[in-house]
Amino acid sequence: MVSNTTLEAIERYKEKSLPYILEIEGIRKEFPGVVALDNVQFRLRPGSVHALMGENGAGKSTLMKIIAGIYTPDRGTIRLRGEEVVLASPLDALEQGIAMIHQELALMDWMTVAENIWIRREPKNALGLIDHRKLTEMTRELFAQLRLKIDPTAQISTLTVAQRQMVEIAKAVSHRSQVLIMDEPTSAITETEVDHLFEIIRDLKARGVAIVYITHKMNELFEIADEFSVFRDGKYVGTHASTDVTRDDIIRMMVGREITEMFPKEEAEIGDVILSVENLSLPGTFHGITFDLRRGEILGLAGLVGSGRSNVAEALFGVTPATEGKIRIAGRDVTIASPADAMREGMALLTEDRKATGCFLPLTILENMQIAALHEGHVKLGCVDERGMTNLCLEMKDKLRIKTPNLDERIENLSGGNQQKVLIARWLLTKPKILILDEPTRGIDVGAKAEIHRLISGLAQQGVAVIMISSELPEVLGMSDRIMVMHEGHMTGILDRAEADQVKIMELAAR
Amino acid sequence: MDNVQIEPVKRQRRGLPQELNILLVLVAVALVFEILGWIFQGQSFLMNTRRLTIMILQVSVVGIIAIGVTQVIITGGIDLSSGSVVAMTAMITMSVAQSGDYARAMYPALTDLPVIVPLAVGLGLGLIAGMINGALIALTGIPPFIATLGMMVTARGIAKWYTKGQPISFPTDGFAAIGSGAWPVFIFLAVALIFHIALRYTRYGKFTYAIGANPQAARVSGINVQRHLIKVYAIAGLLAGLAGIVTAARAETAQAGMGMMYELDAIAAAVIGGTSLSGGRGRIFGTVIGTLILGLMMSGFTFLRVDAFYQEIVKGVIIVAAVVADTFRQNARSKKA
Repeated sequence: MVSNTTLEAIERYKEKSLPYILEIEGIRKEFPGVVALDNVQFRLRPGSVHALMGENGAGKSTLMKIIAGIYTPDRGTIRLRGEEVVLASPLDALEQGIAMIHQELALMDWMTVAENIWIRREPKNALGLIDHRKLTEMTRELFAQLRLKIDPTAQISTLTVAQRQMVEIAKAVSHRSQVLIMDEPTSAITETEVDHLFEIIRDLKARGVAIVYITHKMNELFEIADEFSVFRDGKYVGTHASTDVTRDDIIRMMVGREITEMFPKEEAEIGDVILSVENLSLPGTFHGITFDLRRGEILGLAGLVGSGRSNVAEALFGVTPATEGKIRIAGRDVTIASPADAMREGMALLTEDRKATGCFLPLTILENMQIAALHEGHVKLGCVDERGMTNLCLEMKDKLRIKTPNLDERIENLSGGNQQKVLIARWLLTKPKILILDEPTRGIDVGAKAEIHRLISGLAQQGVAVIMISSELPEVLGMSDRIMVMHEGHMTGILDRAEADQVKIMELAAR
Repeated sequence: MDNVQIEPVKRQRRGLPQELNILLVLVAVALVFEILGWIFQGQSFLMNTRRLTIMILQVSVVGIIAIGVTQVIITGGIDLSSGSVVAMTAMITMSVAQSGDYARAMYPALTDLPVIVPLAVGLGLGLIAGMINGALIALTGIPPFIATLGMMVTARGIAKWYTKGQPISFPTDGFAAIGSGAWPVFIFLAVALIFHIALRYTRYGKFTYAIGANPQAARVSGINVQRHLIKVYAIAGLLAGLAGIVTAARAETAQAGMGMMYELDAIAAAVIGGTSLSGGRGRIFGTVIGTLILGLMMSGFTFLRVDAFYQEIVKGVIIVAAVVADTFRQNARSKKA
């Protein structure tokens, strides 16, 4: 809950009728060896959605964390409601009326919805114990205001990601926050849930709440944001109304150069069938998956989050093997019970979650890149051929344009896009014949995205068969030769490049 | 536009390990005792070869164990059983290493065996104990803390049960030679060198770090995580067995109480040497230095005639301080990222 001094400040603010609720001027933030923000400004209007745009490493998350009280700036001023403030901690920011909805949601899994929302502010009964009936009542009222249909007594662990997000938003509203920070709120939720989220955001706007919105998705910007500010290399580039600009204008502002072709699909020669999947099933997860994949072909795999796309990829690669069905590689029946089996068959899988199943964060770029290739040789006299391996990795670094001074840097010091390139390099070093990519460009800036797309096209031209899973329809449409669509564990269709469009895919994915 | 990526101002060169800090700590500890020695005892602490020899001999056994434990900790696990495995292997090994000159040998028919027999028995026992640890952890998924705690109690129990608490003595000269002179130190250093190479330059080592850094990613990268974990714990057990052999040979006797708390000294040596309890980081070189720091402190306290109770208290504080330092390092890094 906002504190009493804040309530007074809100009163004063109402009398002044200022154009901005939050004004940030001349902010500088340094981390050891890097200037994350340099003389940055940002102005937020009440009752509006303001998007922060920029490539990874542009400084938008640092700015967001400063607004949320997680970081304190080295220099510069923050004016909230026209008065200069210090945001000493997230709690301090919350009490002054600024709440943040985290990308990794910060709710307590084993407590109920109501307990999570009112934590530290629980109503007490005569004995000083928590009054659960009142607690549920308060939550019901809050949810009614927001038109949310969530059971206040449900345990958080039983909710979907989208529902948890709604709970976080409700929590922020319950604090009577005037500024709400949303960090990529749509990255893990389905289309219909996005619509609901946007309804709530519009509702909040109408009540005068100001929303700082971070996203990589351009169409969302036009749909929900009123204004946006662009950052590049830790510097402020500019603020514009979202109605004034085109998509290309924004990209140009973000990267400081033109991106000519977003999805540079180049024609590749389609060869023989290399992978043939028949009736692949994992009861409860996916059923009856049947398709062929040819050399040089890019097969897009579309579907909503939770449709079983990633599970199929994991089954093919032996992470969680399917229990029924056949997998044939180059005409031969194969059994794939583990990733090691799949790698022996010439497969590679770039997983969806870079942090959880991709990177070895404490290790160096070299160690991260070489690990998969070590299975097939590169060993002399029992020891890893360090020099040969380093040379191969350096070649990859240049080829994929990984931005790092050397390979002995820890991978955790790289930006998301460069981490992703290291992981792609890890698999390219195994010289795969079948490459499965699960969300290869998620959370990656525009420049790196185009490079990764070009790379995928290039691989297909060299005869690699590619399966690409993506939630971004333009990406799937732009890159794929054919598109397989999944819905609730079943494949609902395979479309050819020529006949596919967004509407057809969505019909198959959401029917 | 690309230079925003974090570029550390100072970059550590390859081959110049961060264990350099630990080396400085070692030197600092030595100097402090040297100065205190002149002040309180009126003599040099370091200029005494005998004292240093005894010190190194004393820590060699813990050092051998610590090299195995370091590998376990790098995988993100822990091994609490090594001290008890020392006792168990010492007892059983000694029972097949007895001299025929001794009238009351445990197995009169099995006296005066060639050294290779007790050696194989000891190493084999350690290996089996370690494999059981590893299999429990890898195949049932129980926490390493619990699995090795179970082994700690069980192995100690076996050591006591084996002779109903009686010590076993009178080894053959050949067996006793393993622990005589500077042999324990040579064994310690040889083991250290072997596993330094294994961890840094072989697939075994790279996979060990990978598993500790991110087990899920390791599996997706084609590493058989279960099999590898069993290997690592088996090696830790093998080295504990070796430590048991050396301890028994050096003392020329074996008792069920041997190796008490060695597991904690070994963990302390690894942690002081920079091995991270959260896995993925640590080096054998650091553990060797960590072992020497522990030995130097204990030897120094004795030299200064500090009461043994205080020694334990200080040791406890040092271990916790080393972990706290590691945690701070980690937090500093994750804030930056």
